[in-house]
Amino acid sequence: MTQLNAANTPAAGAHPDTPAAAQVTVTGLTVDGPAGVVVKPFDFSIAPGETLALIGESGSGKTLSAKAIAGLLPAGFTARGTIELASATIELPATDAVWRATRGRRISLLLQDPFTSLSPVHRCGTQIAMTIQAASATRLSKAECTELVTQRLAEVNLPAEVARAYPHELSGGMRQRVAIAAALATDPELLIADEPTTALDASNQGEILDLLRGLQEKRGMAALLISHDLGMVRGRAEHVLVMRHGEIVERGVTSSVLNAPSHPYTRALIEADPSLTDRSAGVVRAASGAGAGGDAATGVGDLVVATDVTKSFGDKTVLHGVSVTVGRGETVGIVGESGSGKTTIARCIAGLEHESSGVIAFHGVALAPGRASRTPKQMQIVFQDPYSSLNPMISVGRSLKLALRVAGRPASDLNGLLQLVELPLEFARKRPAELSGGQRQRVAIARALAVQPELLICDESVSALDVSVQKQILDLLAKLRVELGLSILFISHDLAVVRQLADRVYVLRHGDVVESGLCHDVLTAPTHPYTQALVAASIHEAPTH
Amino acid sequence: MLVVRVLGTLGILLVLSIIVFSMLHLAPGDIVKNLLGNRPSSPEAVAAIRAQYNLDQPLYMQYLIWLGNALTGDFGQSIRLQDSVSNVIGARLGITAALSGLAFVLALVVAIPLGVQSAVRSGSWIDRFATGVGIVGLSAPTFAVGLLLLYVFAFYLPIFPVYGSGDGGLDTLWHLVLPAITLALGLGAIILKLTRTAMLRELDSDYVTFGRARGLPDRQVHMIALRNAAIPIVTGASLVLTFLVGGTVLAETTFALPGLGTLLQGSVLFKDIAVVQALTLLVAVTIATIALLADLAYIFLDPRIRAKEGAQ
Repeated sequence: MTQLNAANTPAAGAHPDTPAAAQVTVTGLTVDGPAGVVVKPFDFSIAPGETLALIGESGSGKTLSAKAIAGLLPAGFTARGTIELASATIELPATDAVWRATRGRRISLLLQDPFTSLSPVHRCGTQIAMTIQAASATRLSKAECTELVTQRLAEVNLPAEVARAYPHELSGGMRQRVAIAAALATDPELLIADEPTTALDASNQGEILDLLRGLQEKRGMAALLISHDLGMVRGRAEHVLVMRHGEIVERGVTSSVLNAPSHPYTRALIEADPSLTDRSAGVVRAASGAGAGGDAATGVGDLVVATDVTKSFGDKTVLHGVSVTVGRGETVGIVGESGSGKTTIARCIAGLEHESSGVIAFHGVALAPGRASRTPKQMQIVFQDPYSSLNPMISVGRSLKLALRVAGRPASDLNGLLQLVELPLEFARKRPAELSGGQRQRVAIARALAVQPELLICDESVSALDVSVQKQILDLLAKLRVELGLSILFISHDLAVVRQLADRVYVLRHGDVVESGLCHDVLTAPTHPYTQALVAASIHEAPTH
Repeated sequence: MLVVRVLGTLGILLVLSIIVFSMLHLAPGDIVKNLLGNRPSSPEAVAAIRAQYNLDQPLYMQYLIWLGNALTGDFGQSIRLQDSVSNVIGARLGITAALSGLAFVLALVVAIPLGVQSAVRSGSWIDRFATGVGIVGLSAPTFAVGLLLLYVFAFYLPIFPVYGSGDGGLDTLWHLVLPAITLALGLGAIILKLTRTAMLRELDSDYVTFGRARGLPDRQVHMIALRNAAIPIVTGASLVLTFLVGGTVLAETTFALPGLGTLLQGSVLFKDIAVVQALTLLVAVTIATIALLADLAYIFLDPRIRAKEGAQ
């Protein structure tokens, strides 16, 4: 194979062993797609040891820009521009031979999802060792490799035993540490991190970002941090670029951009950012307080009372006696990380899982476990992923008419239903594929509301959406609860999102309710150490006002 | 878990042995006449047959005695060849095993690398060539390919022998080349398709992008992807191997090889029930063993399956 030899061309051999001490400069970076320019030309430079954040929502072109710099654009896309590194200058589009000498040694790319970015059938140590070997000029012995792998693991605060583990044996945070060790094993001059913490739980996110920051400062390595999350960038990047529709709309020093944004889009992003401050939450809660939300406070009656619900899958117990109450017209949040049991309790209430023990009562009448004992009018559920919860083969109108028929309502109610979720009437003819994520989630909500349920269960219903869309959907839910007097059970891993909508909140951890109470009290003065840690983790990422 | 799987395989074989045993009793006509074949049916001969097959015993005893004998390798006498069934099969097993083995290895050695290359360079000439070969291999019947190869490489270009199994050793191997290619074409086509599809899926995954992003050489990235694609490929290969066991009949007939395929064909025509029973059981054991080995291969290939097995 010629590729192996080509990697040792003189250009590659010139790579210095010491960390680079010059800045990374990219000029005129442009990405062309099959239908014309996707990313318009832009320049940036990053000083050694510093971080530049590239912020944008999905579809803004930020990931394509990252892939262009790493030479990993998908077929059909080409890049133009110049990348100047300490050891080489790369003119885009570059040949395969140039990229072989560049990728890993000079520029490395860390991907979003540690669950898929490591090969599941290779041991973690092997995957790190491969990278070390690929960048080494000489053939390393087994003992040398083991030694180097242990060093790399120690750098990311992992014990040497992790080398023997397969990725599925590690937690998400540990996997991302292994991926960081693998990405940095070649000592690149520039690390591109594409949403490196989006797939992780809140308490892991801060740790991973701070680890990256430390490693980067130690090596004098430049970093390009790609993110959709403005809050995450504060305190972790010197400069920030805001990209929208393939164009840089704002750039500058991070703190000045966040505190005094000049472009309306940046302002909108900051407004939409679900922070723990009262500023954005106030809008929604003011609306809800005027209507049905008021009833809940006066205690008209409980709609759903789940008492001591336990659930085991095989010999694994995921719920250890969880009690949750949703009052009439009340919005209740359940917060927890993945594996906390928050989705399981919601599914038990909806009858999609059979609880092992405990009582779930609706209007004071106990319901037998399972779907059969429940009617559609009692409760409906809106799932996380609007891309998979709608049938792609039938039009929006037909989906909704089917739901109306179940409720025994005439098909002519369709227009009213679309208006309710603020969708144009002509959307009835469209198929899910023609809709954006936010529009699809509106359709999913409309479908759930077609039967006029008393309780709406939202299982991570906004987590798959961009922040600005998230805010629109949350506003819609707030409006609906006022207009229809809905009770909402809102499941989320995201404290800030729950804060915007919920009257009361339960914090779930390992199948136990560790804390519950009025949303405002729990999130501003948490008493349980776990809640305190969660709140601290999300405040750290949120912009302060 | 492993024990359960082995016991399951044994259970299936036991059921099969009952079906194979019943072949004798389900065959149309009088059992004694069937067993006598074309020998004169003198009272002595009939008595001898009745004694040999324990026809006077109750049915379940007949089965148990037959099973006991079969387990010790005694399948009775072939009425056609006037020899013990184990001798008859033993003499022909080697050639069929060599033919199947050669065809299987040939198919794997060509199809897997070709499948990998055709996925890596999807849309290139090598991909189109591989797809073309695959379609021909899948659609051309074994005997037609065999005849074509015979015409071209044994008649017009007399490189390979036309028929027979040669004088042992290298000569036999030489005689097996054309029949092995004939069989391998069909097998290889399936493995090629499976490899290409599995590889295309794996090459699209994040760990391949991440491998390339941190500078791993292309060849190594492809090996990582192939290792992940191994399970569907092994599944395909084991299915193909079981087909191969049946496919040898056609190849052996076309190339006049004295293997188990031609033996089975002759024995069925002649109603040589003892031989047919033994061969059917042999095929069943082979297929069950292959399936068991494929299951074991999954455990070896995927640590996640290994972890699940360990937990149970």
